[in-house]
Amino acid sequence: MKKYSGFAIAREAMRSHSGWTRAWPSPELKKAYEVVIVGAGGHGLATAYYLAKNHGIRDIAVLEKGWLGGGNTGRNTTVIRSNYLQDESAAIYEKARGLYEGLSVELNYNIMFSPRGVMMLAQTEHELRGYHRIANANAIQGVKTEMLTPEQVKRKVPIIELSGPRYPVLGALWQARGGTARHDAVAWGYARAASDLGVDIIQQTEVTGISQKNGQVTGVRTTRGDVACKKLALVVAGHSGVLAQMAGFRLPIESVSLQALVSEPIKPCINVVVMANTVHGYLSQSDKGELVIGGGADGYNNYTQRGSFHHIEETVRALIETFPVISRLKQLRQWGGIVDMTGDRSPIIGKTPLGGCFINCGWGTGGFKSIPGSGWAMAATMASGEPDALAAPFGLERFLEGRFVDESVAAGVAH
Amino acid sequence: MLLLKCPYCGAKAEETEFSGGGEAHLSRQKSGSTDAGFAAYMFERRNPKGVILERWHHAYGCGKWFHAARSAVTLEVFGTYSVQALAPPKDIIAKIRARLPEWEEKK
Repeated sequence: MKKYSGFAIAREAMRSHSGWTRAWPSPELKKAYEVVIVGAGGHGLATAYYLAKNHGIRDIAVLEKGWLGGGNTGRNTTVIRSNYLQDESAAIYEKARGLYEGLSVELNYNIMFSPRGVMMLAQTEHELRGYHRIANANAIQGVKTEMLTPEQVKRKVPIIELSGPRYPVLGALWQARGGTARHDAVAWGYARAASDLGVDIIQQTEVTGISQKNGQVTGVRTTRGDVACKKLALVVAGHSGVLAQMAGFRLPIESVSLQALVSEPIKPCINVVVMANTVHGYLSQSDKGELVIGGGADGYNNYTQRGSFHHIEETVRALIETFPVISRLKQLRQWGGIVDMTGDRSPIIGKTPLGGCFINCGWGTGGFKSIPGSGWAMAATMASGEPDALAAPFGLERFLEGRFVDESVAAGVAH
Repeated sequence: MLLLKCPYCGAKAEETEFSGGGEAHLSRQKSGSTDAGFAAYMFERRNPKGVILERWHHAYGCGKWFHAARSAVTLEVFGTYSVQALAPPKDIIAKIRARLPEWEEKK
């Protein structure tokens, strides 16, 4: 792998950029690997990278049915935060946020991490009390957050309307070290770094079946032939149920479409991420100037990657009340991603009923922010065969034991 | 946009008039059931990438619950039927098979 640097840019500028090579190779699929990871999204690629880097396991194939990072990794609103109520969640999301801070250097790839601050607006008395509680919990967890007064909110976000007719801004939970990153770059950076450590990334290869013998996984069947493996990781978000069915078990997961949209690009007007959870919309401005807006998930199972129109309407209607200045903007693009929702809105990381088969799913509407922590914990779990400390609370067995990590109540919305 | 027809009042309307109730035909675990059985009933779902049989509530209409057979991929609705039915009626199964010959109702 050629190292990216200022010197490399200067050198290539001198020779008409003729020396750049492909960021990662496109190898042929081998017949057998020690580890096969299904899904080359952020979580799958991060798992491969940390398996190779932290645990010395390099005989890995990452299989992707479409193109790398073309699922939810390329469809989210790129928000990174770790201000969760439950200790287990705070631990893994804060690990992820911390890794994001150093990720550009670690991967030698600019993921454009921008710790611009995440502001969660309290627009009802109930929500205000809820955020005070989270701020207190975060203080104990060692996650730096604080409460802002409406005046402090206005100072940070001049375009906000504090005294909206339905939902005035009563305060906000502020995480200064939260922010955004370039989502594609996270996938590309992990792919390049993992590939450099010897991981085979195989795109356009769909898994069609999972082979097992005596309750132990032996390999996968794919559109490019059979591949044997000792350990298998299913890291496919919305399609987890489909893969679980191949492996012979069911998951406590339902897949729904979650939407986002961007406005036409405008001059810089907001330099933080604002989340308005009561009205269910959130907003930040990309480096290109587009307002990136996320909204609600569909209320029924589907795999459409499109989503219902009325959710977009609700999101935009709500945001216009809080940000009247955006009312004349045009929508540039809208899209959906298939998110895997668990009952307690927390992920599932760990072992499955099939021996040697591990799963990492259920991140629902909050997958992007957790990519480095998720890959880190998943890799440790797969390497040792037993749940890592970060992953242990999120085992599949918690649904049997009634030991939930209840974040649906903590956030009050579907993330 | 999903279009559904309430089998009780006959209203044909967009999804905003209804409220989704999740996977249908789950048999409730009785007292004395195992933890695994109850966890399966409570949490585990088929979540098919294909035909889904589900419950719907005509929330902003007649208020009745009913069942629907729908594609989770194309959102095509194959039909709606009584909430008391334990399985989809024959005509709906025929409609699904006409589109998806391989389809079988899995418990």
